[in-house]
Amino acid sequence: MDLLSPIKDHHSERRLFIARVVLAAVVSTLLLGTVVARLVQLQVFEYEVFAAQSQGNRVRIEAMPPIRGLVFDRKGRVQAENLPAYQLELFPEQVSDIDDTLQRLANLDLIVAEDIPTYNELIDNGPRFKPVTLNFRLSEEQIANFAIQRPRFPGVDFQPRLVRHYPHGAAVAHAVGYVGGLSKSDLGRLDGSDYAGTSHTGKTGVESSFENDLHGDVGVQHVISNALGRQIPTDSREMADSLPTDESPAPGHNVYLSLDLDLQLIATRAMEGRRGAVVALDPWTGEVLALVSAPTFDPNLFALGMSTKQFSGLQNDLTQPLFNRAIRGAYPPGSTIKPMLALAALETGATNLTRKTVCRGYFMLPNTTHRYRDWKPEGHGEVDLHDALQQSCDVYFYEISIDIGIDRMHYYLDQFGLGHKSGVDISGEHAGLVPSKEWKRSAFRERTDQRWYNGETVIASIGQGYMLATPLQLAVAAGALATRGIRYEPHLVAAVEDPLTGERSLVSPNRLEDVRIDSEEHWNAIIGGMHDVMQSVRGTAWAVGGNAPYQMAGKSGTAQVYSVAQEDEYDEDEIEERLRDHALFISFAPLDNPRIAVAVVIENGSSGSRVAAPIARAIMDEYLGHGDDAP
Amino acid sequence: MRLSDTQRLFSGKAAPLSDVGRIYRRLRIDGPLLGGILLICALGLVVLYSAVGENMRLWTNQVIRLGVALIAMLVAAQMSPDFLRRWTPWGFLGGTVLLVLVLTTGEVGQGARRWLDLGIRFQPSEIMKLAVPMMAAWYLHDRQMPPRAGQLLLLAVMILIPTLLIARQPDLGTALLIAASGFIVIVLAGLPVRLMLGLAVLSVPGAMLLWNFMQDYQKQRVLTLLDPDSDPLGAGYNIIQSKIAIGSGGLFGKGWTNGSQAQLEYLPERDTDFIFAVMGEELGLLGVLALLCLYVFVIGRGLYIAMQAPDTYSRLLAGSISLTFFVYVFVNTAMVTGLVPVVGVPLPLVSFGGTSMVTLLAGFGILMSIHSHRKLLPH
Repeated sequence: MDLLSPIKDHHSERRLFIARVVLAAVVSTLLLGTVVARLVQLQVFEYEVFAAQSQGNRVRIEAMPPIRGLVFDRKGRVQAENLPAYQLELFPEQVSDIDDTLQRLANLDLIVAEDIPTYNELIDNGPRFKPVTLNFRLSEEQIANFAIQRPRFPGVDFQPRLVRHYPHGAAVAHAVGYVGGLSKSDLGRLDGSDYAGTSHTGKTGVESSFENDLHGDVGVQHVISNALGRQIPTDSREMADSLPTDESPAPGHNVYLSLDLDLQLIATRAMEGRRGAVVALDPWTGEVLALVSAPTFDPNLFALGMSTKQFSGLQNDLTQPLFNRAIRGAYPPGSTIKPMLALAALETGATNLTRKTVCRGYFMLPNTTHRYRDWKPEGHGEVDLHDALQQSCDVYFYEISIDIGIDRMHYYLDQFGLGHKSGVDISGEHAGLVPSKEWKRSAFRERTDQRWYNGETVIASIGQGYMLATPLQLAVAAGALATRGIRYEPHLVAAVEDPLTGERSLVSPNRLEDVRIDSEEHWNAIIGGMHDVMQSVRGTAWAVGGNAPYQMAGKSGTAQVYSVAQEDEYDEDEIEERLRDHALFISFAPLDNPRIAVAVVIENGSSGSRVAAPIARAIMDEYLGHGDDAP
Repeated sequence: MRLSDTQRLFSGKAAPLSDVGRIYRRLRIDGPLLGGILLICALGLVVLYSAVGENMRLWTNQVIRLGVALIAMLVAAQMSPDFLRRWTPWGFLGGTVLLVLVLTTGEVGQGARRWLDLGIRFQPSEIMKLAVPMMAAWYLHDRQMPPRAGQLLLLAVMILIPTLLIARQPDLGTALLIAASGFIVIVLAGLPVRLMLGLAVLSVPGAMLLWNFMQDYQKQRVLTLLDPDSDPLGAGYNIIQSKIAIGSGGLFGKGWTNGSQAQLEYLPERDTDFIFAVMGEELGLLGVLALLCLYVFVIGRGLYIAMQAPDTYSRLLAGSISLTFFVYVFVNTAMVTGLVPVVGVPLPLVSFGGTSMVTLLAGFGILMSIHSHRKLLPH
């Protein structure tokens, strides 16, 4: 065959072509064979693996948040519930111009204009198909407003959701606490898997300390979802058949408080416009009957979510409404510690029931010139221990304080629960302070500061100086006086109930170590003195307790906020309100079978007997007059 | 079809032509080829209906495109191979000019410049899918086979010019397919085996050269092929999800419109490049094997037509069209099953999309023309 021949050899060319087609067919068959082999490998040999992967791909485990438990007061009145509220939601994927939409919503007062940057951030960070909540509770007016404008807002809609609601919000705010949006730090503290799907968690009070009971157990729902995580309704596809079984969420347990709403309301009303706290408890169980801190706030704001402005307003308020004074406020207890010191003096032999002293209005330590003033400048005259308690004579206690000594004072006051946390079942308690020589050595760095001076013992005897106590501690101490030394740990929660079974587990009173007072006669004398404070003509609180239909015992206190210079006259009117004395009062009733002990502290209230005592009386009247012990 | 027609089907060649047969002859249609193509298209439309999420609008679009493509096939079938051969150089030249125009004035879409708007929007690279093998066949038509070294060099230049122009768009998948269609012509013309082996050896440095030519995303695709799990949510995602879809389909599939991978959007580009995975998931191994059998039938028929062709131009062109069609099928299925990198080649006659379907069926029209015109030529 001549390759150079210009004449085509059709036959050899055809043979060559056919050979090449056969070659191509062989190569193609081999290549296609590879693909078929691959398909067999994937679909037959590795079928199980890929089937499992495919299943994992489409089934997403969705958390079903439990319904939070309710909170009731001791009479079964709801203090925290879950109410359906309409919230405004925006679906980012359905909104073409988000900035414009937010601005128009703000113009309609449906959202707060200042919070637009926050919303933008939320919208940018979430998946496009997940709604972003713009307003947690629309008012009826807002709903009506929006309903009219709705066609102008594609991708914005209102949705019903359960929102925590506190029907008596402000009155129980510091005891019940509140729930707030789940934060990153909350998730560090809580079990994250249990909070999947939950938006709020307890932040303070019982809502926080009983979080584990109230929250409930999260449920699990298996949903078919696409690659973007969007849920596909299972009823529209036959794929739902092989889904694993769902687990229903277990609702949170209901909590029954020992609090009595009636007492809370009385105390809250009485404290209106004041700063301070009221704590009432049952001395025989430690059940807290009332716990009020003033000023207070509306906890619903936290549950609903408030604007940045509202929150900073609450935080920067000089009267500190968010501060729980009942358990965190540490005040000089003033004369309210005198009954306990009197017991210490009798027990240690520093004084006896017949010893008398002459009060000239001041006291001086031997070989010194400093005058420790009595609250009554002209003095009480000749007084014994009973008179000293009844009239709150400071000089008598100044005198015996040196004989008791600071360490023995500490020993007795400590037994009454002062100077250490009471162990109440809400967190954030202040420990208070009862000084001792040892305490001073450890508390100060400088050698000269570490020494204890007799003068410090003198002022400690009227609850001034280093000494600090919380209103709750004073109530606990009043309770220990009422029971003659038998003490219980204070607690706000009386029972926890499983809403499914109705099974209630009662919180049993936790009895603490008794106060060691050997002589019953000493108790009689001190309690008698406290009784006369209230119900004898010469008592400091006769004006408050004299006409009570039951027998009560009490002790007022007035704690100096700042020192009056030695020779200055003390004029209440000229002192600015913030520099006025704190008014304190402790009491219990009825005398023979005490059922309630109350402590009241009013910042800058000037006079314990005139300002604080009437509040305690009002609470006792309510509790003893209409009281119902059944929780 | 009437009962009488059925009888004639079984009565062999001697039987007189049925009405259908007469129409076929009249329209220069090759019955077996058309039957194979229509079966593939029918199966494709069934799968596509599921892949577009039962979206009737998109599905109807595809049916309309198929109609247009069938008309293109009919038109192509009427052009005699001689006519085609005479116009081949002009077609090639025109196509090359359009490719240059695309690079200078074309419309940008998805980061590439592929479209040209001359009254109607189209991709000039589609013209070259047919123009390149036609040009190679035209050049070899008058020459003695096998081609000599100098001729091969000239052919290489002819093929490389449009290939490089398309690669610049960039559209590597189409560029490679067009180069393949030209190369197939040369192989069928009798490229010496020694040279083929040499080219195979040379492909190593060639691949390295190509690597430098590739865009970053293309390089990433190659790397991903070697280890898809290295970046499961990034570049490897397509391959991983595609393998899960096919593998989980098993022997019989999950059932039409019930493929969770496809329906729940785990599978990307499920109506275009990855539609084979949808089929694998929903119809199983049996379904995809059925499709592959139909492809084999169509390709086989094409090669038969090529072998029956009377002249060099016709047989080289017919062979190239048939084998290029195979390359499409192979590259797409191998890509979707994770055997070769993702190069963006649609599954012919099944994937959603218009232009390539018109070109494909026009190519089959040429096959039919070659087959139907052969008896009219002196042999």
